[in-house]
Amino acid sequence: MKQPEISKDLFNHLVDLAALQLNQQESDYIFLQLNHQLSAIQELKAIDIDPDVPIALHGVPYPVKRSPALRPDKVESCEDSSAILSEAPQLEDGYIVVPDIPHTTLE
Amino acid sequence: MEICNLSALEIRDLITSKQVSAEEVLKAHLKRIDQVDGRPGKINGKAISLEDKKKVHAFITRTEKKAFSQAKAVDEKIANGEYPGILAGVPVTVKDIFCVKDTLSTAASRILANFKAPYTATPVARMENQGSVMLGKVNLDEFTYGSSNESSAYQPSPRNPWNTERVPGGSSGGSTASVAAGEAPISLGTDTAGSIRQPAAFCGVVGLKPTYGRVSRYGLIAFGSSLDCPGPIARNAQDAALMLQAIAGLDSRDATTANFPVPNYLAAIKKDIRGKRIGLSPDYFRIAFPDADSDTYDQQEVPPAIRDAVLQAAAVYQDLGAHIVEDVPMPNTRFGIPVYFVISRVEAASNLHRFDGVKYGYRTQEVNGELKTLYRRSRGKGFGLQPKLRILMGMYVSAAQYSEQYYRRALRVRTMIRRDFEHVFDPNGDYRLDALLTPTTPSTAFPMQDVYGNSVLMQYADQLTVPANHAGIPGISFPGGLDKDNMPIGVQLLGPDFREDTILQLTHAYEQATLRADWRSNRPQVMEELPHNDEL
Repeated sequence: MKQPEISKDLFNHLVDLAALQLNQQESDYIFLQLNHQLSAIQELKAIDIDPDVPIALHGVPYPVKRSPALRPDKVESCEDSSAILSEAPQLEDGYIVVPDIPHTTLE
Repeated sequence: MEICNLSALEIRDLITSKQVSAEEVLKAHLKRIDQVDGRPGKINGKAISLEDKKKVHAFITRTEKKAFSQAKAVDEKIANGEYPGILAGVPVTVKDIFCVKDTLSTAASRILANFKAPYTATPVARMENQGSVMLGKVNLDEFTYGSSNESSAYQPSPRNPWNTERVPGGSSGGSTASVAAGEAPISLGTDTAGSIRQPAAFCGVVGLKPTYGRVSRYGLIAFGSSLDCPGPIARNAQDAALMLQAIAGLDSRDATTANFPVPNYLAAIKKDIRGKRIGLSPDYFRIAFPDADSDTYDQQEVPPAIRDAVLQAAAVYQDLGAHIVEDVPMPNTRFGIPVYFVISRVEAASNLHRFDGVKYGYRTQEVNGELKTLYRRSRGKGFGLQPKLRILMGMYVSAAQYSEQYYRRALRVRTMIRRDFEHVFDPNGDYRLDALLTPTTPSTAFPMQDVYGNSVLMQYADQLTVPANHAGIPGISFPGGLDKDNMPIGVQLLGPDFREDTILQLTHAYEQATLRADWRSNRPQVMEELPHNDEL
């Protein structure tokens, strides 16, 4: 295999940004597969794209007449908010409990 | 005739004409599940035994209590002379990627293993409103990320009812396996790159990916939000039409549903197909596999058995009076997978950021750090390999410094793929096609563990199905024969936006014309050894 596109350092940076924790076996497998996938998409770079071709965020066009009408901007109460809150792993007095959120200074 | 081998339409008609009760139908299907399914998938389940290898393992969660209550409600409505709905008493399975209120909704992932949905997905609610009886939630690749079901956190993963040493395909493999094995006549699946059509082809059933926006995604645990389509899996076109009738249409809870009339699909499919223009494209008869070691592409013709099944279907259509148009150019087909590798990963990474161990789902027990440690540990333990791989890939190709060469470029190639279809379906154009006829998959079902682990090769199982997802158009896979190993071959029809009626009509016409074909007398392996029971 040629030089991997993603270096180990960049890979570890991505893992950190993605808020993931990987064991060694996972890290080795994903690092290899990620580079395989990037090799597979190199073909994209070679495609001759006419400068006029726009991006497509959806395949099917959405003219206004085919889009659903916007809902009125009014508050609707939740039928059973306790059912939603009860899914939280840790709850206290209707608040979701999390560990410390350390103070950080934005750069 | 055995109840479990009847179609959804036949079951509905027998129930509404009081020849059989919804409860009897339910019991027959529960018995079939007991006979063929084996133990349901579990997290950290025991090792897979030789006995396990002979079973289907379609289910994650069986919902018998709910099913009996729904069946009873249908029987009561009929007894009281009330209208019971178009799916009255029809047993269904639901891919475990849909939220169903008060039911475990796991996405086949450890991170949602304890999640009981507080609401029901629109397509499921619509089936329930039409009288369906939900047997349970069926297995899939984790978060739908795969084409074999082997990546499910819930093991044993489903096996192919035609040969339990083979994969059922994916990601709606639990759905297609349950329908092929007679555990349910219809199932609700989703298709992001071929996840309805590819497993339908592998399991010898019909799978329909509707037009994007035809069926609501509300309550579907999202993967690629611009590509995901819920759709029906059935044993014939009529049942797929019946189910689509129930689930299609505008939904105020999904702003991408289309405000476009829903036709009467069951009436439409019986129409004559004379004069229909059906295209064959050489670009769908060859496949490309990348070689990761050399960075080269191997171009190959699709296997002869698959090519011949498609050409035979074309001959059937010609005999029925359709016009076959050859050499239709679809030059951007081969870019479908590289484009998908980019777009779907970006969307997946975005969608998976919501799982953080705070609001719902799995939370690590090792809470002795700060919030980010909680995120990292919860996501690290909760996600399997495939979600992690997709998150990292999506973040990389959409990062500011790489976005232009990958993500934005992929979105522009997506336009080119869409234009291929617009060109050949244009009613005033050179080709004026009603449908494009293609193979569904580049192979029949492969052996378990043959491809799993190679994430690139696995993705290429979808290369003939994924262009329809990029373009948003509808596609259907239907059985078109068996290969030398007695494994089903899928044939695909792709149609213009919102013309599900046309591709269902063409599928139905093929089924009627080949009713007596020799291969139709073969049955899935798991059904061969069944005692006869529950005859009507």
